Amino acid sequence: MTDVIKTEPKPESLPGAPKAEATAPARRTRGEFLYFALRSKKFLIALGILLVLIGIAILGPMIDATDPLAQQGLPMQPPTADPGNWFGTTYFGEDVFAQFANGLRATFFVGLLGGGLAALIGMAVGFTAGYRGGWTDEILNMLTNVVLVIPTLAVLIVISSYLKARGVLFEAVFVGMTSWPWAARAIRAQTFSLRSRDFIDLAKLSGRRAWKIIVQEIAPNMSSYLFMTFILLFGGAILMAASLDFIGLGPTGGMSLGLMMFNAVTWAALTLGIWWWFIPPGIGIMATVGALYVMNVGLDEIFNPKLREI
Amino acid sequence: MRRYFGRKLFTYTLTFFIAATIDWLIPRFMPGDPVAGLMAKQGGISPEGATALVQYYNNLFGLDRPIPEQFINFWASLLHGDLGRSVYGHGRPVTEAIMAAVPYTLALLIPAILLSWWAGNSFGALAARRKWLDSTVLPVGYILTATPYMWLGLVLAFVLGFSLRIFPLSGGYGFNLEPTLTWGFLTDLVAHWMMPFLSLFMVMFGGWAIGMRNMIIYELESDYSRYLEALGAPRGLVRKYAFRNAMLPQITGLALQLGVIVAGSLVTEIVFSYPGIGSLLFNAIKSEDYFLLQGIFLFIIVGVLLANFIVDIVYVIVDPRTRVGMRGGTA
Amino acid sequence: MSLQVTDLRVYYRTLAGDVKALDGATFSIADKEIMGLAGESGCGKSTLGNSLIRLDGRMKYVGGTVTLDGVPLPIGDQNEMNHFRFAEVSIIPQYAMSAMNPTRKIGKMTAELLESRGERYGEIKSELLRRIDLVGLQRDVLNRYPIELSGGMKQRMVMVISTLLDPSLLIADEITSALDVSTQRAVAETLVSFRDHGFVKSMIVITHDVSILYQTADTILVMYAGKLAEKAPTATIIEDPRHPYTKMLISSLPEVGIRYANKKLTGIPGSPPSLLSPPTGCRFRARCPLAFDRCAEEPPFEKIARDHWVACWKATGSDA
Repeated sequence: MTDVIKTEPKPESLPGAPKAEATAPARRTRGEFLYFALRSKKFLIALGILLVLIGIAILGPMIDATDPLAQQGLPMQPPTADPGNWFGTTYFGEDVFAQFANGLRATFFVGLLGGGLAALIGMAVGFTAGYRGGWTDEILNMLTNVVLVIPTLAVLIVISSYLKARGVLFEAVFVGMTSWPWAARAIRAQTFSLRSRDFIDLAKLSGRRAWKIIVQEIAPNMSSYLFMTFILLFGGAILMAASLDFIGLGPTGGMSLGLMMFNAVTWAALTLGIWWWFIPPGIGIMATVGALYVMNVGLDEIFNPKLREI
Repeated sequence: MRRYFGRKLFTYTLTFFIAATIDWLIPRFMPGDPVAGLMAKQGGISPEGATALVQYYNNLFGLDRPIPEQFINFWASLLHGDLGRSVYGHGRPVTEAIMAAVPYTLALLIPAILLSWWAGNSFGALAARRKWLDSTVLPVGYILTATPYMWLGLVLAFVLGFSLRIFPLSGGYGFNLEPTLTWGFLTDLVAHWMMPFLSLFMVMFGGWAIGMRNMIIYELESDYSRYLEALGAPRGLVRKYAFRNAMLPQITGLALQLGVIVAGSLVTEIVFSYPGIGSLLFNAIKSEDYFLLQGIFLFIIVGVLLANFIVDIVYVIVDPRTRVGMRGGTA
Repeated sequence: MSLQVTDLRVYYRTLAGDVKALDGATFSIADKEIMGLAGESGCGKSTLGNSLIRLDGRMKYVGGTVTLDGVPLPIGDQNEMNHFRFAEVSIIPQYAMSAMNPTRKIGKMTAELLESRGERYGEIKSELLRRIDLVGLQRDVLNRYPIELSGGMKQRMVMVISTLLDPSLLIADEITSALDVSTQRAVAETLVSFRDHGFVKSMIVITHDVSILYQTADTILVMYAGKLAEKAPTATIIEDPRHPYTKMLISSLPEVGIRYANKKLTGIPGSPPSLLSPPTGCRFRARCPLAFDRCAEEPPFEKIARDHWVACWKATGSDA
């Protein structure tokens, strides 16, 4: 749930959203960043959690190389029953941990790809609208508003339900193409304030082309802001993808955390009390997205000296 | 003012047009043939019967007409409120099926949105003032807002429904009851409503609380706050101003969140088999009932656009600067 | 004596330690005196001015006393100071243009502010209107939102509000910095007229622009790197400064009517020392052309003539 932008167009209200200040923060040297980063509790804890999860996602399927969809043991076993299946088994006797680890992989993948794509589109639209202004800005604004208002899940549902075979790539691309509006707005606002600064005039005078100016002058000045926006898009993409998977419109074949929950509900895990089937995937998502949000707040404090606590 | 609303209306109308067109385009340009999909479910028909049936379906869905004509027909029937017939509902008009489900969804959404907005904002404001509250509200808020809606629904269902057996696990009301206006029925209705409501409420609450807290802190550090404090104004006055100013972005935030909230309520309903639009959608997907699917989609779009428009109106009423800007005041 | 400051120290707390922004200020301001407070960025003038009314953010009161009209000001205690704020000590802040709540009509905000300080708006309103006329604003400005006013108008409105309760001491923090030259003059003249009308008893005008002080101030206090350098009547500072820093400051001002075709404008080479760990002795030593060995010991802020104080060994004639 990307609820970071709260106003029109102030992206502060969402939890952990970076503040859209009129002046972008100055570039930080690597040394300064490390100094503050290592002292920020929020950043370190969040980073720690993320590393653990990434570790499980990468190493899990290698250590426990069982096929998530193959029968491993007796069906519906709680976690403590069988030492081979750490998280227990599903209705069909599949290893929940194997599903969890593989699902984490897919989740991270979609988040990265979907979030990355949304970030790219958001940057393209935001920079162009903010830098050019005028008619380009108007048109792009209209486009942003339209995509913003459409309830994306509904669109994704309609499109996905018509496709018989869906890959992870499709899901990531859909998610990416629909979650960029708030990022575009925020980037546009920042670009606006940067574009009237002197060093931009200098660049223009030296005859640089517009997109070069954007890439070489404007973007690096907003680098911390862009990074934080990407993190939020990452988290949002994970949540959106999980919702899609949960409705049964996720990638056909393969495993994901949302899919685990879908299966659990479909096979009456609630009434049968097979809690170990649906609790871990939810925790996985919650931990990942929560860590991302908290890391974002930590990064905000690191990059923005005013927020630092003494 | 007229220009502002005119613009908004234009954007919304444009959005609706685009959305509806996408809706109409998809079955016609997606791989696969919806009629073939329908046919695959028939099973056991003679070849002559099959051809006749295919022709019937093509006729029914207007797929045998040229594309431009189909498009016009689509809009014509749309403006008549005819969204086609539902296969899942055994030929029931889609509009009817949707209308039956809407009250449940609205009964869930509206209280959840309003209450969580109010409670979340109040809590966030309080947290911005008291350090001890802040250290609890902040992490809880982040955790809640990072929680996927359906998962919280599952957890609540499991803990309160399965383990503790306080609330029923599914449905809108007990399977043994008939909808009547009796006290017993109403309490049963509320009992079934409680868990989906709670799960929606909690996730949204987290988001609002954090947002409000951040906004209040931002406002308390602003120049006008500093000036008031320099002139010795009591905390109450400064806080009152900060609170009012912090509310404004929260109102816009509501509009921006609507898409997400709708998605959340859809999945929550699915978890609880709560007979609202979400469950209807789920069933439509499972039974590949395209008419129903498209109808629900259009309905959701209209609803969201309407809600956005209402929020726009509210914002203009509440923020004096917008009215001034429109009057053409000098800055 | 209207205002008496003795050895005032105010530091800023930072992650790297305490920045000694104001490190021992002793001076006094007489009744009806407008004192200009000048110096370059970071010299501590804003810290001094603001500390007299409210310690902001990272500021911390370290020591020293302040007495206003014979009554000690509890500047270290935020709650106690409230009693004095607005009524006895007031400020026109540096951020005057954004000092008013953007979503409140100006009249309403002023009324609420006054009521919250225990004043009756009804009784003050006529005086408020009179002063609005005085600064050249329309009376219906009370019905407007801040966004509807220009920068200069907002500045003047804030000036009216800040002085409404006739404070003994008014601190004007860089109020002309963001304005164009003609508005600067208008604002400076308004400020003096406030004193002449008796709205304010004494004033501290903080600025880095000495030329404004020439128009408005009776005396000028020059600061450097957290310490006081020189205080004297305006004419003396401009025509016969004693501290080397003041001399260089004045001489670096371009004179009207003189063309600098052949001679370059001279500034003061070098930059101020870090206030995190300031150097011992005179803080201007590194940039001072007249520095000698005695300067390794910090010169006290001494009186060398009537109404003239300097902190320099050379100026006090101790350069034996």
